[in-house]
Amino acid sequence: MGNGLTRRQVLWRAGALGCSAAASPLLTPLSFASAPWDNRLVAIILRGGMDGLDICRPVGDSEFAGLRPGLSEGGVPLDGFFELHPDLADLEPLWQAQELAFVHATSTPYRDKRSHFDGQDLLEAGTAALGSSVGRDGWLNRMLAEVPGAVAETAYAIGREEMLLMAGAAPVSGWWPDLDITLSAQGLRLLEATLRDDPAMAEAMAQAVLLADSDGSGVIADSDAPGAAMTAMTGDMQAATSGKPGQAHLRIAEFTARKLREETRVAAFSLSGWDSHSNQAQSLRRPLRQLSQVLNGLRDGLGPNVWGKTTVIAMTEFGRTARINGTGGTDHGTGGTMILAGGALRGGRVLGHWPGLAEGDLHARRDLMPTSDVRSWTAWILRESFGLSQERLEREVFPGLDMGSAQGILR
Amino acid sequence: MVSRLAGEDEMGARFPIPEFSEFLPRFAAFQEARKARKAARRDGDAAAVRDAQDALRSMVREVRRAQTDWARQTVLRRCETHDGFRERLVQFWGDHFTARGKAPLLREAQALYVEESIRPHVSGRFGEMLYAVVTSPLMLHYLDQNRSFGPNSAIAQRKPQAGLNENLARELLELHTLGVDGSYGQNDVRALAELLTGLRFTAEQGFRFHPKLAEPGQATVLGKRYGGPEPALSDIRAVLDDLVRHPATARHIARKLAVHFVADQPDPALVAAMAARFSETEGDLIQVYEAMLSHPAAWRRDGPGNVKQPLAFVTSGLRALGVGQAHLRRMDRRGFHQRLIAPMEVMGQPWQEPEGPDGWAEADSHWITPQGMAARLQWAMAAPRLMLPRLPDPRDFVEHALGSEAPETVRRAAGASETRWEGVGLVLISPAFQRHG
Repeated sequence: MGNGLTRRQVLWRAGALGCSAAASPLLTPLSFASAPWDNRLVAIILRGGMDGLDICRPVGDSEFAGLRPGLSEGGVPLDGFFELHPDLADLEPLWQAQELAFVHATSTPYRDKRSHFDGQDLLEAGTAALGSSVGRDGWLNRMLAEVPGAVAETAYAIGREEMLLMAGAAPVSGWWPDLDITLSAQGLRLLEATLRDDPAMAEAMAQAVLLADSDGSGVIADSDAPGAAMTAMTGDMQAATSGKPGQAHLRIAEFTARKLREETRVAAFSLSGWDSHSNQAQSLRRPLRQLSQVLNGLRDGLGPNVWGKTTVIAMTEFGRTARINGTGGTDHGTGGTMILAGGALRGGRVLGHWPGLAEGDLHARRDLMPTSDVRSWTAWILRESFGLSQERLEREVFPGLDMGSAQGILR
Repeated sequence: MVSRLAGEDEMGARFPIPEFSEFLPRFAAFQEARKARKAARRDGDAAAVRDAQDALRSMVREVRRAQTDWARQTVLRRCETHDGFRERLVQFWGDHFTARGKAPLLREAQALYVEESIRPHVSGRFGEMLYAVVTSPLMLHYLDQNRSFGPNSAIAQRKPQAGLNENLARELLELHTLGVDGSYGQNDVRALAELLTGLRFTAEQGFRFHPKLAEPGQATVLGKRYGGPEPALSDIRAVLDDLVRHPATARHIARKLAVHFVADQPDPALVAAMAARFSETEGDLIQVYEAMLSHPAAWRRDGPGNVKQPLAFVTSGLRALGVGQAHLRRMDRRGFHQRLIAPMEVMGQPWQEPEGPDGWAEADSHWITPQGMAARLQWAMAAPRLMLPRLPDPRDFVEHALGSEAPETVRRAAGASETRWEGVGLVLISPAFQRHG
């Protein structure tokens, strides 16, 4: 085969050779239909149990300073009662622009066992309880299934981690990082044949082939250039692994912004490192920096127009203990905090009902008492952003949820 | 399989990796150098700060190099062994009891923890492994036990900010023994955390039990009281022994083994048989493996086999290709990293760095992702040519790699490819090769 074949040329040639597109999972082009709506949603899973009491500090509560010696000073004033963690000071302009909000004392229905893994599963499944259905699909995927016209390009699960909230029957795309695939047209057809009996592998490979070209650099090359595959592998491996540690979040924010400026409407990824069992002042520094860089990076990368249509929801599996523990950190708790951002938001507010921090007001005398369900806030954002009906949200997206009354979260 | 396991650990002897205890003096020297740097900074002695800085840097460099050598030994063991089940078990149990370093030098030392606290016990008793893990410096460090104090301990009387940390106690119940469905509650976590206080390690002495840091008095875990007025290591041993005997532990371990070695959704009868054997023998692991391997459900082919995790995929690829010991040893560290370690990371398994204490995901869906498949394909197409002077004929390679059960589609693909490298790559990327048979 000649030099410089692009993927599309390969597709065309394969078609000419008589491959039926329908029977050819590796060679089915993406449908780039116009997105069915215009607003954008970014869901961020903060893995590890973010300490909401440290992020958005209730300094106006008379109990707070006593529970948190060493973790209560130096915050950025927000509304007189709450202060922002000093390492999130870069987010103050967002707050001033009313593009940042917090929901306090909120949680999933998960209680008392305080396992990260179960907590995250429930958060992403969006169901009322753990059970056999958990792990099958996620609430964001079920939301996509409710919207007519959603195609794979509409939604992206980004990053190396599995994103259960995006898993399910509705088509979604995945990305991390861009890997080029170097194969001859013949090789590609044989690959398809060997994978045919293994639907899971065939489907993942079909997506990989399409994604390899998504930034324009991935080319299914010909075998006349014997070094190409090796160069591609070592180059990609280097790009994927030698980036400065802790920089992946910047690439994720950049990719998310790029996709949302185009056909994509929904993106999800995770930021981890929140499990601050000890020396929290130090150990939260990196995740906090990453979080503020990601939020500011999304705003800058999206530009004023798209940012104005965007809502970011950052949620975590549970909050942490009200009291600091014996090692300058906090242990797994219950009530936590959601972070909302975006130009679509009516921000500059701390939402939710504040339960207080007196010992009798705590859950099990140790954790912030949840006074709302993370899923209700999320459901209202989906309602206001994408126009889904309350009935569908309560039945299909978050089965069994009672959303309560309208919240007016967005502008 | 099981009889080999009962015999000598041949690969351990042929490709040695030091134990964590042997590494402690290095860690102690590192701590000393840090103290020296701190003192020099305090005294404003710029030259001394520089010296200490250099010493620290060279120690980190050295241990990073050693880490690659330990990784190479791990790969060699898998490539050269006739006792593959043992290597898979070491990986399984090292993952079940995931511990990672969170500070310089410790970050690189995970293989040494596995060598000391896991490997000798994979053919022994679960309880011995559990005890080894709970008293291992790296686990005490990873799950913050090294910083947990009994709230009423002698030390806490003088340092009121010193207190309890629940991290190890919680994961011990949730991940290591009962499983998250086990019937324990927050009170059990808390009581176990109190019992575990006193477990410590220092760079100079390794593991020690410190009664002065431990919570005095009794604690009730799962309805049973442990401990007396004086804290003692034997109380910790006692609670661990009871956890080993708990039926939830037998079920949890049986199921996890079956999920890993048989299928994502194992036959409940298989799990029940293994759990029963675990309980009867109080965690004699060879017996439990035997119950698994002798059960017809373990050999039934009613679904695709489990997908090989990247380490297994890459090392079984090396075996099939016959990339021998000589070649693996000749590869310089950079080459080893580029050809094996970096690709595994892109496939989703950065070397010995699972995200959390629950270790690597078992579900096939976690590994069969577009990114993972792209990375596997890239490796299958490129790595053999980087490692072998001459690639095998794909038609021979398919027989060699997959044997007489090679699917017809793979045979045909190997024969029909335009080039040797594509033919070989197609065999490696075929589902038959990527899944455990």
